[in-house]
Amino acid sequence: MKRFALIIFFIPAFIRAQEPTGKEILERIDKNMAYKSAITTSKMVIHGSRQTRTIEAKTWGIGDEKAFTEYLAPAREKGTKMLKLEDQLWIYSPGSDRTIQISGHMLRQSLMGSDLSYEDMMDNNEMIEDYHATVIGSEVFEERDCWIVELQAKTAEVNYQIRKIWVDKIRYIPLKEELFAKSGKLLKRMELSNITKIDNRWFPKKMIFKDMLKRGDGTEFIIESIQFNVNIPEYIFSKASLKK
Amino acid sequence: MIRFLFKGLLRDRNRSLLPVLVVTVGVALTVLAHCYITGILRDSIEFTARYSSGHVKIMTRAYAENSDQVPNDLALLGVDELISNVQDDFPDMEFVQRINFGGLLDSPDKYGETKKQGIVSGIAVDLISENTKETERLNLAGALRKGRFPEKPDEVLLSDEFAEKLEVNPGDPVTLISSTMYGGMAVQNFVLAGTIEFGVEFMDRSGMIADITGIQNALDMQDACGEILGFLDNPRYNDEMAMQVEQTFNNKYADPDDQFSPVMSRLKNESLLSGFFEMVDMFSGIIIFVFILAMSIVLWNSGLIGGLRRYGEIGLRLAIGEEKGHIYRSMIGEAVLIGIVGSTIGTLIGLGFSYWLQEAGLDIGGIMKNSKMMMPSVFRANITPPAYYLGFIPGLFSVVLGTMLAGIGIYRRKTASLFKELET
Repeated sequence: MKRFALIIFFIPAFIRAQEPTGKEILERIDKNMAYKSAITTSKMVIHGSRQTRTIEAKTWGIGDEKAFTEYLAPAREKGTKMLKLEDQLWIYSPGSDRTIQISGHMLRQSLMGSDLSYEDMMDNNEMIEDYHATVIGSEVFEERDCWIVELQAKTAEVNYQIRKIWVDKIRYIPLKEELFAKSGKLLKRMELSNITKIDNRWFPKKMIFKDMLKRGDGTEFIIESIQFNVNIPEYIFSKASLKK
Repeated sequence: MIRFLFKGLLRDRNRSLLPVLVVTVGVALTVLAHCYITGILRDSIEFTARYSSGHVKIMTRAYAENSDQVPNDLALLGVDELISNVQDDFPDMEFVQRINFGGLLDSPDKYGETKKQGIVSGIAVDLISENTKETERLNLAGALRKGRFPEKPDEVLLSDEFAEKLEVNPGDPVTLISSTMYGGMAVQNFVLAGTIEFGVEFMDRSGMIADITGIQNALDMQDACGEILGFLDNPRYNDEMAMQVEQTFNNKYADPDDQFSPVMSRLKNESLLSGFFEMVDMFSGIIIFVFILAMSIVLWNSGLIGGLRRYGEIGLRLAIGEEKGHIYRSMIGEAVLIGIVGSTIGTLIGLGFSYWLQEAGLDIGGIMKNSKMMMPSVFRANITPPAYYLGFIPGLFSVVLGTMLAGIGIYRRKTASLFKELET
């Protein structure tokens, strides 16, 4: 009887020992989501108030510092290019033949009318760098056991001060995210699906974004192809490439 | 009795002239202040109507619900046909297209890269078609500081302050970065034709006026616009007439099940203005109340002085046997006559000045360091029905009240001491 009582006493401690900390979860997520370099072909399906638009783009990226995107379709957007170098963003529009730097409040504006902002697009930081994480519970989401992790921003410069993420307990990939302002107001909601194993990492190939302050039925971001850790020539990330 | 008192007032000018003059001046000032304040507030409403809301405004139902966000993705489509139809329905009115837009305005350096940029808040109106009245309606001629008006769809006007911030002059290129009505990115080059002064702080910080065709091209809004403003025949807003137009239009065109069906709202129902009309009435009421109160104190005092000045006369009348009540009543009767005569003359003078201010207006342009702006520099009075009777409140009641208070002293006089008082 004494032995039985001892087992009962130690079971919760044993379970707690198996439960990863928020920091460990973020490290595992970053292993899946962050990359040194990648070339992505993607499709953005924007469900607006009046119509649905599909925008196709190809992006070359190195870590969270450099990214170059060329829009391939539709005709009105074709040839538009964006260059991100650290926290600066330039846009080239073939119609006006102008290279324009986007800064300040404009970075919070919608990207091509989607539910993503320029800041969202530019944000590829590892979460562990920007947030303190606390596991606040667990829940089944889309038939997967998930940790619910609350993230609190370490600095005021981070786009979203509070995030709540539902992390797959097996694959360590977020399946759902809620992004909040400092006041606690829900700003955006994301759902990540079509989780695929690519080069020994789990990666979501479909993300649905919903800007809670915007009309419309959200934006689907679909990755059609992605290659990780490829060599990308340095000249791509130059302002000269924008006009080519 | 009245005739007797009136004769007494006419023949003894010492008794009547000063009180009548004081009442006349006070009442004239009250009437003038009322008309002028009402006029200024009405001018502000008219400015809002001309600039942003029209006497009536047509939008889609969804746009109207989110109008504070200027949601061009919810704009009206097929506007040429719609305007043609409403013009047939209301032939005395004028309907014009407007697009409000926002975004970033970028000025390039000699290499075509960003030199300066800033958030822009713009309004697109018909600037270049042959019969447009928009230039006059927005008082652009009076607001132009540099350059000229746009003559082509790709020419724009910027606020003088904003142009300085962007370091651009007439003839220089600027690029608008905004969203098309379908959510796409809009990047369009324009040429700065001229600069203006809006006279409204936030518009002077970031304002832009462009031709409607140029903005329709830039924002992919061909045959579309955010709002159609309707103006009644009379430049002064008439809520009753606007309400009739609103009801007729909504009965014919509005569909409660279609968020993109056109709906009309009148100036008084505009979200930003709904409270303003009540505020104007309340504010005008408060100002007039304070003014009337001040005038009442002056006139009341005049009544009191009148009563005291006639101390000796009252003593004599008591001494020869006139009843105290009779003296009191006759003094009040005289005060009523003075009040009526003074208020009538004062109201006529006040209305005369108000009429002159209504027609000619008061040009404050000279006080404003020769600045030219869209805000009207000439303020006009507005004669409203209350102006005809409002002056009688301080004019009549306060003189009578003053006399009544001063007259109480009559009952305190003792007959025994009257002769002693008269001897001194």
